[in-house]
Amino acid sequence: MKLLIKSGRIVDPASKIDGIFDILIEKGKIVDIKSKIGKQSAESINASNLVVSPGFIDMHVHLREPGQEDKETIRTGSLAAAKGGFTSIACMPNTIPVNDNQGVTKFILSAAKKNTSVNVFPIAAITKGQKGEELTDMADLKNAGAVAFSDDGQPVYDSQTMRHALEYSKLLNFLIIDHCEDKNLSRNGVMHEGYYSYLFGLKGIPSSSEDVIIARNIILAEKADARIHIAHLSTKLSAELIQNAKKKGIKVTTEVTPHHMFLNDSDLKTYDTNLKVNPPIRSNEDSKALIEAVKNGIIDVFVTDHAPHTPDEKAVEFNEAPFGINGLETAVSLILDKLVNKKILSLEKFIEMISLKPAHILGLENKGKICVGADADLTILDINKEIVVDVNKFESKSRNNPFHGWKLKGSPVMTIVGGKVVYPF
Amino acid sequence: MDEKIKARVMDSRKIKRAIHRMATEIIERNRNLDNLVIVGIKTRGVQLGKMIAKLIKESEGIDIPFGALDITLYRDDFLELETQHMVKKTEINFPLTNKDVLLIDDVLFTGRTIRAAMDSLIDLGRPKTIQLLVLIDRGHKELPIRADYVGKFLPTSRKELVHVRLKEIDGNDEVLIAEPNEIK
Amino acid sequence: MAFNHKHLLGIEHLSDFDIMTVLNTAESFLEISTREVKKVPILRGKTIINLNFEPSTRTRSSFELAAKRLSADITNFSSLNSSTIKGETLKDTVLNLEAMKADAIVVRHSCAGAPYFISTFCSSHIINAGDGAHEHPTQALLDAFTIRQEKKKIKGLRVIIIGDILHSRVARSNIFLLKKLGANIVLVAPPGFVPEELKRLGVNIDYNLDRALEGADIIMMLRIQMERQEKNFFPSIREYRNLFSLTGERFRRANKNAIIMHPGPINRGVEISADLADSVKSVILKQVENGVAVRMAVLYLLLGGKEREITD
Repeated sequence: MKLLIKSGRIVDPASKIDGIFDILIEKGKIVDIKSKIGKQSAESINASNLVVSPGFIDMHVHLREPGQEDKETIRTGSLAAAKGGFTSIACMPNTIPVNDNQGVTKFILSAAKKNTSVNVFPIAAITKGQKGEELTDMADLKNAGAVAFSDDGQPVYDSQTMRHALEYSKLLNFLIIDHCEDKNLSRNGVMHEGYYSYLFGLKGIPSSSEDVIIARNIILAEKADARIHIAHLSTKLSAELIQNAKKKGIKVTTEVTPHHMFLNDSDLKTYDTNLKVNPPIRSNEDSKALIEAVKNGIIDVFVTDHAPHTPDEKAVEFNEAPFGINGLETAVSLILDKLVNKKILSLEKFIEMISLKPAHILGLENKGKICVGADADLTILDINKEIVVDVNKFESKSRNNPFHGWKLKGSPVMTIVGGKVVYPF
Repeated sequence: MDEKIKARVMDSRKIKRAIHRMATEIIERNRNLDNLVIVGIKTRGVQLGKMIAKLIKESEGIDIPFGALDITLYRDDFLELETQHMVKKTEINFPLTNKDVLLIDDVLFTGRTIRAAMDSLIDLGRPKTIQLLVLIDRGHKELPIRADYVGKFLPTSRKELVHVRLKEIDGNDEVLIAEPNEIK
Repeated sequence: MAFNHKHLLGIEHLSDFDIMTVLNTAESFLEISTREVKKVPILRGKTIINLNFEPSTRTRSSFELAAKRLSADITNFSSLNSSTIKGETLKDTVLNLEAMKADAIVVRHSCAGAPYFISTFCSSHIINAGDGAHEHPTQALLDAFTIRQEKKKIKGLRVIIIGDILHSRVARSNIFLLKKLGANIVLVAPPGFVPEELKRLGVNIDYNLDRALEGADIIMMLRIQMERQEKNFFPSIREYRNLFSLTGERFRRANKNAIIMHPGPINRGVEISADLADSVKSVILKQVENGVAVRMAVLYLLLGGKEREITD
């Protein structure tokens, strides 16, 4: 089965290509890239005036299955990912039961194989039950298909446990991802601690709750000479800590979400639970610092931290609502509109941060690049298309997205996975 | 100005004469002036009441106790008002029970204000009698209420407006008939 | 003279004209409670529901009396469950009450923003009787009314607020209101209760009670809420008392005729020494009396007149 993509503007950071080329795909791989590929017995797609980039990879998604299928399933989450321009997603293990054993990992992979069109890569837990006490059988889990390890939702609070995890990770070069939160500092908090939490009468989660654990993790990673990836960065100081660590050659990488870059704590004046997330949406100073850190290469990748909840769960008083923001179907348009189209970040850098770099960090060899022999995962963008976000048209089961009604310029228009067009449906 | 003045039916002199006449009538008809108290309905009823009390004092040497009544909280049209009325204080510092109350208002129209005033008086005490004095009776009653003392009977059409102006409040004494301008 | 709001959710978004309208209206209502027949018919036939998700006897009975004196029908509905504990969600509870054709719902809840949340799906008039640490607008209004009674004005007064300001909705509402009316405010507490960012509200902060009391006209005490506390905001009651308790001696530093206010009930010997507690009582009783009048004014202003198109 051949697929020919004609006249698209190919932007591939791996090979530094940015030009108009045709791409020929066969049996799920890229087989030819040339300025003009002659007639083929292939399905043909006209990509003129569109940008063709390596398929986007979101390495921080919550699919909720097994156990919480009312919020989202592997199937609906993947449809949302495809519509959002993602060809691969890595899903966090805080399911019910937790993905801390081969059984759950294999279940996720087989459900994905049956039901979805995008690539799903499970992230397994660092500790059993995510309790922060005993390490999981990491080699076993890696064998079963886990691409990284995280207790996300929870921090690994016990420093000794994190130390052991980092040291053990060197065995087979596992990637440890930590959700950095000091649960004593953050206890009972529901939004960022600052002037606005005081004004609104809501208990705050101080920046220091994230900063102290990041500082700890950097020190432990340096000592163990191990890799560590910091999840959903949200504060100005944490960006500085990571910058200093990278300067020293410590193997730390990090990610950021659109809601942390484009929203501020003052937006919570309507007590809208769609803005309730952990780590919280922080101050203007923090969000500006995160965007600077993206520009300066301190932040490595974009993620969504897609965290679906049912509308009923969110339609309650603020303190009672679960934390989490839905993000797969809005992330790319938000970043195109607010960073790329505003010339804060080049298109090439954006694509690198959302395809090549995550592929590299997760060790996905044939992804994140457009070259002969690479997997035929492609995201096609119209960077001038104007859209209005409508949560009621989402593929995701959930609606807890704070960007409803936003007018954005730039949108994914086609998603191709393994040589098949998975979006439009 | 969304209304048009049609006529000036009383000037300062006519108003003074009417009030004098009514004060005399009150003195004539009330044998026991010691039991009389005056309650003026805010705002202009209060001013008229002051004037009557003064005349009675000048003529008979008796100090009639005098109070002010705000009827906003007893209105029956509260829920249909376009704009809320500012509630003002009721200031009646003497008991009403067993007294002859002389209730005073500037204009008697549908009678609803007086009904509200009577309800309020009865909540405040149990008057022996209630008499009503108005400067203008303009017809169009909707309730069976009549005044005991009337300054002037003034036939009007329903859509006309009657304005009583008193020097102490409005700068001059006069009674005007006006008509709202046609809404284009 | 309209009070152009559908709900009373807080002081923060009221204009000073709105506040004066409430206070002036309350003057007229104060007199009704001194009559033999303590009732006027103005809200006859209106249905008001007192919805409590937090225990509250004073505020609840104050609203109840206010409603009844205006001839409205009022009923109490208490639920100690929040949305996620077994039982109905807040939304379902309120929709049930709305179906009973409540004209107004008076809400007291432990979660900040709950009354606002309710106003987004319920068409009744919503009155905030206290939402978490956020606001308690009728308390601030009755406090202002009491201050005005005693001092004839609010502008230029030096007001000291002492206690757990961080967790206090009474403090927030009072700060908003008194600032709007031109008072100078100093907050006094151990540092954990008065984060620096609060200065953005236009107030000063002092950790030294003796110094702050110099020249004070109004001293507002807040309860130390032992039930709500995490540990370590201050080490012990003993230390708190030594540094922040209002004693007769400290009180002498304030202006002659300074008044002490407290939302009640008092922790004798903690916030205030026993000898002062009795003299404070008289102002507290005034606050209670004024509370009914102020709440009558609020109900009257919200429920009166045609259901108008209000831009709120």
